[in-house]
Amino acid sequence: MQSMTSVPLSWYLILSAILFALGVAGFVIRRNLITVFMSIELMLNAVNLSFITFSYQLKQVDGHIFSFFVMVVAAAEAAVGLAIILAIFRNRSSLQIDDISSMKY
Amino acid sequence: MINLLFGRRLPKIAVSGVAIGSVLLSFLWVLNVLSGLGGLEEAHIERYFTWIQSGDFNVGFDLMVDRLTAVMLLVVTGIGLLIHIYSSGYMAHEEGFSRFFAYLNLFMFFMLILVLAANYLVLFVGWEGVGLCSYLLIGFYYLKKSAGDAGKKAFIVNRVGDFGFSLAMFLIVVTFGTLDFARVFAQAKDMPVEAGVGTLTVICLLLLLGATGKSAQVPLYVWLPDAMEGPTPVSALIHAATMVTAGVYMVARSSVLYLKAPLAMDAVAIIGLVTAVLAATIGLAQNDIKKVFAYSTVSQLGYMFLALGVGAFSAGIFHVVTHAFFKALLFLGAGSVIHALEGEQDMRLMGGLRSKIPVTFATIFCAAVAIAGVPPFSGFHSKDEILLAAHHHAPWMYWVGVVTAGMTAFYVFRAIFMTFFGSYRGHHHPHESPWVMLGPLCILALLSLGGGYIHIPHFLEPLFPLAEGAHEPTLVYISVAAGLAGIGLAWLMYVAQPGLPDAIAGSFRGLYTLVYNKYFVDEIYDAAIVHPLRDGSRSVLWKGIDEGVIDNVVNGVGRSARNVGSVLRVMQSGYIRSYATWVVLGSVIVVAAISFLGGSR
Repeated sequence: MQSMTSVPLSWYLILSAILFALGVAGFVIRRNLITVFMSIELMLNAVNLSFITFSYQLKQVDGHIFSFFVMVVAAAEAAVGLAIILAIFRNRSSLQIDDISSMKY
Repeated sequence: MINLLFGRRLPKIAVSGVAIGSVLLSFLWVLNVLSGLGGLEEAHIERYFTWIQSGDFNVGFDLMVDRLTAVMLLVVTGIGLLIHIYSSGYMAHEEGFSRFFAYLNLFMFFMLILVLAANYLVLFVGWEGVGLCSYLLIGFYYLKKSAGDAGKKAFIVNRVGDFGFSLAMFLIVVTFGTLDFARVFAQAKDMPVEAGVGTLTVICLLLLLGATGKSAQVPLYVWLPDAMEGPTPVSALIHAATMVTAGVYMVARSSVLYLKAPLAMDAVAIIGLVTAVLAATIGLAQNDIKKVFAYSTVSQLGYMFLALGVGAFSAGIFHVVTHAFFKALLFLGAGSVIHALEGEQDMRLMGGLRSKIPVTFATIFCAAVAIAGVPPFSGFHSKDEILLAAHHHAPWMYWVGVVTAGMTAFYVFRAIFMTFFGSYRGHHHPHESPWVMLGPLCILALLSLGGGYIHIPHFLEPLFPLAEGAHEPTLVYISVAAGLAGIGLAWLMYVAQPGLPDAIAGSFRGLYTLVYNKYFVDEIYDAAIVHPLRDGSRSVLWKGIDEGVIDNVVNGVGRSARNVGSVLRVMQSGYIRSYATWVVLGSVIVVAAISFLGGSR
């Protein structure tokens, strides 16, 4: 508790924003599917962090509950996403994201 | 229903058995119910379930039996039974035997609903139902274009009448808040008699419009003669004995309303009279045996409306009953003649059939004397009541009626003489019909002869007070004389001096052409209503609105979607990262917009 109060609220939020921005940048810039996938996880957890921060600040439990939901969904998403990545790799022997562009007009 | 579903697989005997059996059962049931209900001084109402409920407004599926219904029930099921039996012989060689009986049974069902109804809406269900069956049966020979056209004509002309009926129902709901006969009439009884045009008068006139459609009165009578395209038993059952009298029944049922609206009563009487005269004159010059009887039906229906209009409701219903007897007989007899001649309907190709089909001749002759009003047969009694009531109301109506009666006698006997006397002019070999057809003819002949002694006006007295008016013998003699004169004239022109009709037609060529072509009413309707409607539909609705507006709107929506799409599809690169970039860009713009525009607080 003591340590929490010593760190201002804005720091948490700035960290969360930096993590989220890193996630977005990774998603947009990186070409490896697994890295892109990890970027998504990073964004989710950045959001989790800001949820927890606000929950703590406002002394309400809603943010905790939300972050649990996000974790559960993230776990499910990770399972499905990894399965898809595996299937793609088996089919194309490649994890380059720009190779997977057949879904267009 | 059974016939419709399984008819194709069953042998004909089973099909007709089921059909006749069901009608026989309903006839016996009617007898049973009527004897069970006793005198029926009061109406007996059965409430089955609530059909429509909306606020205070309730319509139940209620059926009702009173003396008026009882009379109609007996006529419908009784005549219906005879005609079903007859049909099983008449239709024996036809295609679609089971379809025919399915339609016929459906018709019986709706007709019974119609007469049993205890409110206007249930009556309307039966009303539309019989209209539907009429359409189906007129167009029964659906490979013949004229039959299909006649069916459509009947249906469309009836729509005009139904439009009036629906409006009348709406007005009744607005005025009385209910459609129940009992409650409407109870309220109407307390209303004053309307001198000018009030709500009741409007209701009555709209109901009358409905009745003119169904009962083939001027100006909506044109469908009935064409309806003869259907099989002859159908003409007998639907277009002579039962369905077309639905309008008469409905007006008689609403007599309480009509009595409060003298103007509407006059309209009924005048329409009836005009129809009677017009149709009788057309009937004088027709050559198709069924067309003659069809115009005769229209004319007799006019008589019934005359009776209703002059306040002799019970006489009108009386004429419905006797007319059902003798007109069904005339049609069935005509059917028997047509059957004997293997489908020939033109009277100019008949003649001398008296000795070849004697039973048919004897029975049809009974019907002819009945319709001509020769005492003591049934037509005499009912027609006489009507004419006396008309004389009591306005003497000129009586005289017009008498002249029409003379014409009626003339054209019916003209048909008889052309068909059964003289020498045979056709090429078929006439053969007498089987007994399954002759049996009903004989029963109907007995009814036509003796039916006048069933004194229906007396039976209906609790509902309609007997029309007063002294039984003046002179008037009776005059109308009988008119009938006999008609018969005599027909004898003179078609038996004694066969050259005479042509000579007369020659000297009155214009008049003859006018009458022969039915006053060109069909052509006038065609030019005045059908053509403008069709041309208007083609130029305005089809070319203008449908192609110009609706098609353009629909195509325009499609075209604009494609245009937008062709711009947007450039964005569908297939690269996930470009999509993600769009998402990021979009959210940045949204966040920036919110923060610059001041956010939510």
